[in-house]
Amino acid sequence: MIRLLTLLALLLAGPALAQAPDPYAQLAGDGYAEIEAGVAGLAASGDPRAGAVLSALSDGRLLARPSDKALFMRQGAALVDAKTGAPAADDPSLKAVRTNNRVRRGIEAAQGQLNLVSPDPAKRREAADAVFKARDAAALPALDTALAREKDAGVRQAMTEARAAVVLAKSGTSEADKLAAIPAIQARGDGDAMGILRGLQADPSEGVRAAAGRGIAAIETRLALLRALQNVWYGISLGSVLLLAAIGLAITFGVMGIINMAHGEMVMLGAYTTYLVQEAIRTKAPALFPWSLAISIPCAFLVAGLVGVLIERCIIRFLYGRPLETLLATFGVSLALQQGVRSIFGPTNREVGAPAFMSGAFDLFGLSITWGRLWIIAFAFAVFLGLLFVLRKTSFGLKTRAVTQNRRMAAAMGIRTPYVDALTFGLGSGIAGIAGVALSQIDNVSPNLGQGYIIDSFLVVVFGGVGNLWGTLVAALTLGVVNKLAEPYIGAVLAKIGLLIFIILFIQKRPRGLFALKGRAVES
Amino acid sequence: MTRLIDLKGAIFLGLLAAFCLVVPVLNLAVPAGSGLHLPTYLVSLFGKYLAYALLAVSLDLVWGYCGILSLGHGAFFALGGYAMGMYLMRQIGARGVYGNPVLPDFMVFLNYKELPWYWLGFDHFAFAALMVLLVPGLLAFLFGWLAFRSRVTGVYLSIITQAMTYALMLAFFRNDMGLGGNNGLTDFKDLLGFNVQSQNFRVGIFVATGVALALGYLIARVMTVSAYGKILIAVRDAESRTRFLGYRPEHFKTLAFTVSAMMAGVAGALYVPQVGIINPGEFAPGNSIEAVIWVAVGGRGTLVGAALGAIVVNYAKTVLTGAMPDAWLFALGALFVVVTLFLPRGIVGTLVERFGGRRAAAKLPPEPAIPPKLAEEGQGS
Repeated sequence: MIRLLTLLALLLAGPALAQAPDPYAQLAGDGYAEIEAGVAGLAASGDPRAGAVLSALSDGRLLARPSDKALFMRQGAALVDAKTGAPAADDPSLKAVRTNNRVRRGIEAAQGQLNLVSPDPAKRREAADAVFKARDAAALPALDTALAREKDAGVRQAMTEARAAVVLAKSGTSEADKLAAIPAIQARGDGDAMGILRGLQADPSEGVRAAAGRGIAAIETRLALLRALQNVWYGISLGSVLLLAAIGLAITFGVMGIINMAHGEMVMLGAYTTYLVQEAIRTKAPALFPWSLAISIPCAFLVAGLVGVLIERCIIRFLYGRPLETLLATFGVSLALQQGVRSIFGPTNREVGAPAFMSGAFDLFGLSITWGRLWIIAFAFAVFLGLLFVLRKTSFGLKTRAVTQNRRMAAAMGIRTPYVDALTFGLGSGIAGIAGVALSQIDNVSPNLGQGYIIDSFLVVVFGGVGNLWGTLVAALTLGVVNKLAEPYIGAVLAKIGLLIFIILFIQKRPRGLFALKGRAVES
Repeated sequence: MTRLIDLKGAIFLGLLAAFCLVVPVLNLAVPAGSGLHLPTYLVSLFGKYLAYALLAVSLDLVWGYCGILSLGHGAFFALGGYAMGMYLMRQIGARGVYGNPVLPDFMVFLNYKELPWYWLGFDHFAFAALMVLLVPGLLAFLFGWLAFRSRVTGVYLSIITQAMTYALMLAFFRNDMGLGGNNGLTDFKDLLGFNVQSQNFRVGIFVATGVALALGYLIARVMTVSAYGKILIAVRDAESRTRFLGYRPEHFKTLAFTVSAMMAGVAGALYVPQVGIINPGEFAPGNSIEAVIWVAVGGRGTLVGAALGAIVVNYAKTVLTGAMPDAWLFALGALFVVVTLFLPRGIVGTLVERFGGRRAAAKLPPEPAIPPKLAEEGQGS
């Protein structure tokens, strides 16, 4: 009875099997050709388990029982039935399904096809990109099917591009098809698209060649624009570094009139404070490491600020009104500070780590933007705004301005001018220390760290106009962007030299900088 | 009114003459075994000091008498040095490592096919000597003419002179500059037919440097005691007032700056054969600032003091870097601070003030203060 029923079932199922052979059975079959057919069949079947089975096959985890051609997958220690996913008992007669290169290529293509109809848009997009790169003509039917039912606009575009790339790469495409495919590639507008279009310039059809030429020109324009934008971004990044380095000097030099050659060393002290804070955190409380920079900021401000107050009290207060002599004295301080740090920490670079949130990059309309740079730019602006707030909106800022504008009058109004002098110099130095925290992330922390910034800082302050914080901001960003825009054409060193010459000439034209203070008091 | 050679000038020239006599005698005439014998390397070291002294005198001419604190005098010194170095390179001829009769070694190495145009003529000493004067002079003239005409003064001028030497340093570090890149020019063989390594040449160039220093001092002295010098000092002390009296301060300043730069160029040209190398490091802004401290230590506005300061500071540097290398920068740093705080007139200036009576004491006025800033900030808020 049972045999009869089985026979009947086989008879009924026979024609169905003949139309579409069971891919599972084919996978369990003997020849490579049969396995390959099984792979393709599985991909076309739309079976939700197909992806898992194919990856099991490519990893050698797919097992077949020769006796009844049943398929099993090994998942870790467990064994499951490939078709149903039900747990199965282990069987010593199981044999791994073998693959060869042809089969493996088939698996890859099949996985790509499967992903094209995956429910996850990100997967679909990835698959489309894979097809774009591989330009495999075999994927065309699957692509067309996927394209027909795709709803997501972004994925659709990726698929259209992939399809166009396949069409153009395939031999025997008609001229009309090629011409229809070119705009999609052109719209993609990156280096890969350019490569495909370049390949078309050997095409026998003149119309295709012309269309490809137009496409190349369009992409080149787009890429040039993108490069310029990227350079502007680098420029803003450099400008923010210049701003950080110069902003403390805008206080000590710009506001107080002290030619503070030790400014760079305050930056250096800030960087070394960061190093010490990180070392302490590493040994005492590693869990705090992501916060190390945040903790370093007040520490660096205090260290550099205190050193600044000390310098002001011991040396600079005797030199007010003799700006050129403050230059010599503070240069001496800078030499001693450099040598002091060198004696304590050694001449070699110190390692300052970056917290995780500062590493990595993301993509914005084709611009690659690193998180570290973005943070530094944001930080520079935050410091700038903070300083502006302190100078304009606080009582201390009011007193600072009063003392620097008219010392004797301020004293007559009851302001303790020596006290304000010391604190203002401390503020400028502390800001330089904060800059050191940021610069420790992008520069070598060595005793010479500050020297690299001192000349640039002075030029930024002078270019912007002494005594004007907004001028410093504009000058830093201008110099940064111009430098980076010029670099691709004439090289980094010549760009820098050109900028120096520009500033020298600019000072001739406007001896008081971009945003000069006006009035008779400025003369003399 | 003021004598060309006053007491301190006479002492200085006398000492210099004695120095230039004694050193060669101790080196050449006293046998090598004797305790009084002066080794040749010391002769070159002293020669180097004298070259620095000439640089200091040139700087004092503009800073002490004209109020121009140049932080770029090292650039003129180095340019003079490069002009001399180019002559010395051409003198090597086919004796270089690659044996090329025309191209210096570094050019062969960098695949130059022919001599760049700006090297032409440097095989003649007279031409090179002219360039030693002309190149720094021309640069200083252009720079000064632009800056002084636009009335760039004080701090701004100091900072752009620093930018100038910094830009030149970056430029000379480039290999494409055709001047040896960061290795500079070295491996010199002979000058005017004398082997630069020989004892006689070393002594000869030492004496030549001494003579140049004396001449430089005299030129600076003539400039500063003449009627021209009086106006120079007037410009230093009250530029606007001098202008209102009908003088053109920019002409006076440009002339002083140009002469000073030429003097610095000569100092560089005499320096290079004695140390045997010139490289872009000589343009480093720090070098120029160091020269300023020599002048400050000796006493600015005295000329003699500048020369003395250069010799004293450099002698201290030689001794200290030999004995305690780590201490030198501390000492130099402390020197900068101590001199500006406690010896604003420098060694010679203080001596003159103590023994020279009232006339000299009134010589050095305070610098004009930077006007109070922040006026706009104040109005803005």
